[in-house]
Amino acid sequence: MSPISRGFHGRHRSEESPGRLPPGQYWTSDFPVLSAGPTPHTPLSEWSFTIDGAVAERRSWSWAEFVALPAETLTTDIHCVTKWSKLDTTWRGVSIDTLLGAVESSAEYLTAWSDGGYTTNLPREDVTDGKGWVAYEYGGGPLEAEHGGPARLLVPHLYFWKSAKWVRGLTLTIDDEPGFWEGYGYHNHGDPWREQRYQGD
Amino acid sequence: MAGAALPGRLTWQQTQVLALVEETAQAKSIVLTAPAWPGYRAGQHVDVRLTADDGYQAQRSYSIASSPEDSELMLTVERIQDGEVSPYLLDELRAGDQLELRGPIGGYFAWDASLGGPLMLLGGGSGVVPLRSILRHHAAAAAPIPARLLYSSRSWDEVIYRDELTRLATEDRTDVRFTLTREWPEGWSGHRGRINRTLLETVCWAPSDHPLIYICGPNGFVEAAAGTLVQIGHDAGRIRTERFGPSGS
Repeated sequence: MSPISRGFHGRHRSEESPGRLPPGQYWTSDFPVLSAGPTPHTPLSEWSFTIDGAVAERRSWSWAEFVALPAETLTTDIHCVTKWSKLDTTWRGVSIDTLLGAVESSAEYLTAWSDGGYTTNLPREDVTDGKGWVAYEYGGGPLEAEHGGPARLLVPHLYFWKSAKWVRGLTLTIDDEPGFWEGYGYHNHGDPWREQRYQGD
Repeated sequence: MAGAALPGRLTWQQTQVLALVEETAQAKSIVLTAPAWPGYRAGQHVDVRLTADDGYQAQRSYSIASSPEDSELMLTVERIQDGEVSPYLLDELRAGDQLELRGPIGGYFAWDASLGGPLMLLGGGSGVVPLRSILRHHAAAAAPIPARLLYSSRSWDEVIYRDELTRLATEDRTDVRFTLTREWPEGWSGHRGRINRTLLETVCWAPSDHPLIYICGPNGFVEAAAGTLVQIGHDAGRIRTERFGPSGS
């Protein structure tokens, strides 16, 4: 039981859509940027997307091949572990169901890896059945580099560090292997509705 | 970007406010009793949680300003206009109050002597807070690693930890430079204007010296500094960033 903070009343409780706000979060109209290093700027001519690891045969797409894949447009709320949430963001990208459909694998985990060295781990079931995308448009335009462009992972039902910016591939793994922030004490799964911010939450 | 495991559950803890220090017109330091935790690394942050009498809660993250050697925990908070938590911490919180927090959090934007140097720190506005922790830790460590801070602020009045940083600048292993972007005191001999390539080439070590670089500030500052350093030839893998505030989108 938390003690009362003398003189604190809170100002944002009458906010819109309280039922859509996970515990400990607040709505923002901004789109804050959080990254552990410099923003990479990989030219599209050198960009590719690769699925490898525990697969029968690895698969790779050039940028032109990737944007020719069937794409979906979706509108969703996103939730950052640093407490901000953003309502009704609109994205366009390729469903991970489509990408994993191109390889044979029974692996139950995967690691998304990015330009700049960032990684994050996810159970396969958290990114399939319409729960994950590789997005290359935001708000109707190309995804800006500082928000993860040319393409980022989009797994909106988990905290947004799981939605790896500048994603370049998925490595399927038999065992669950902690990614970058997961190795620094952030929660392995990251469900905002269960407030899984840090290890042990 | 290799991860280093820092296990252990982060439980909410009660700390007591020992003192509030006005750093600038818009920023205060909150000096707290040390939480019951195994300690922290210079550059890490904590989550602060406020609770209203009807049970409503709000959480925010704040960088730790003190260094692991300090007996008390210090946070420095800058006012966010229309914010929910920072105005409370700046205007309402008093010595003797309880403040609930948990941590330490993070670990990539952290420095200790084992990581080596030369240590280049770039701070914009209140982005200097975790860099103060790192500089104090560096000053306390006996290792002969040179450190340099470039601190960009709008004006001399908005420089946080002004006296302490000016004093640190006189130490042998530590070099502190200021650049003021909007107003300068009369006779100002420091740098003027926003950071750019020329300033970074002047102040930062050369890429061939392989400095370890920490950049913290508003996103625009960090994006400009990190991007320019990569253009100059610095290894992106030696540049660690922490960003805050709106993106402007």
